[in-house]
Amino acid sequence: MEQEQYKNLEQQITPPTPYMKNALIAFFVGGIICTIGHAITYFYIIFFDFTEKTVGNPTVSTMIFLSMLLTGFGLYKKLGQFAGAGSAVPVTGFGNAVISAAIEHRTEGVVLGIGGNIFKLAGSVILFGVASAFFVALIKLILVTIGVVQW
Amino acid sequence: MIFIDFLLAFVIGGFICLIGQLIMDFGKLTPGHTLSILVVAGAILSGLGLYQPLIDLAGAGATIPITSFGHSLTQGAIAEAQKHGWVGVLTGMFEVTSSGISAAIVFGFIAAFIFKPKGKAN
Repeated sequence: MEQEQYKNLEQQITPPTPYMKNALIAFFVGGIICTIGHAITYFYIIFFDFTEKTVGNPTVSTMIFLSMLLTGFGLYKKLGQFAGAGSAVPVTGFGNAVISAAIEHRTEGVVLGIGGNIFKLAGSVILFGVASAFFVALIKLILVTIGVVQW
Repeated sequence: MIFIDFLLAFVIGGFICLIGQLIMDFGKLTPGHTLSILVVAGAILSGLGLYQPLIDLAGAGATIPITSFGHSLTQGAIAEAQKHGWVGVLTGMFEVTSSGISAAIVFGFIAAFIFKPKGKAN
């Protein structure tokens, strides 16, 4: 079969992506996860002496703990198949990527298995986060130094 | 009012996830690519001073999505750069955002000993 024919055939067979439906599901699931996070925010402000500025860190940690439970029992994978970006974009998705990699590679040993693979899926997020933060801060420092913008 | 507060978290958080889904579907990208794009977007918005107002407005609606990871890395680097200049850009990076990564590592390590694998990429 010619390559073009194959491409046409592939396009005919592949079901069209339900853009609208996917986007709505991502919106609702992502929104609900953030609402749960917001409730945890209030919990830490009311019962512990965190302020609105500092409450981000304990909230994120708690969400990742919940993500560990869901990942361990195989529920986060099911949520991900249903919700797509709705469960991948919140920090629970980052936690899921790290934790599932750790569980998955446990059998290959603690050092080479867990240690070597724990950032297999989430590594790119850390890489691009750190690299982009470095360049953004550097550009800002240069701009401030030459007097274009203020801090 | 507390209801409006939660509604804002829901709408803003959901909206960021919606953007992620659109990038994924229209760009035919993997979740890994999509999350990387969002993190970079968060860092850039942060540098422009646009992400902090979003957090002030939506609370967890802006701190839970992965874009906030780029934001807090950038804020850490900028805060230290303010104090120490060039060196601070490197040293300040994880000043603000230690918790996401450390929690993921600690809980991942513990989970690896508690839970059994359930097939590829749980």
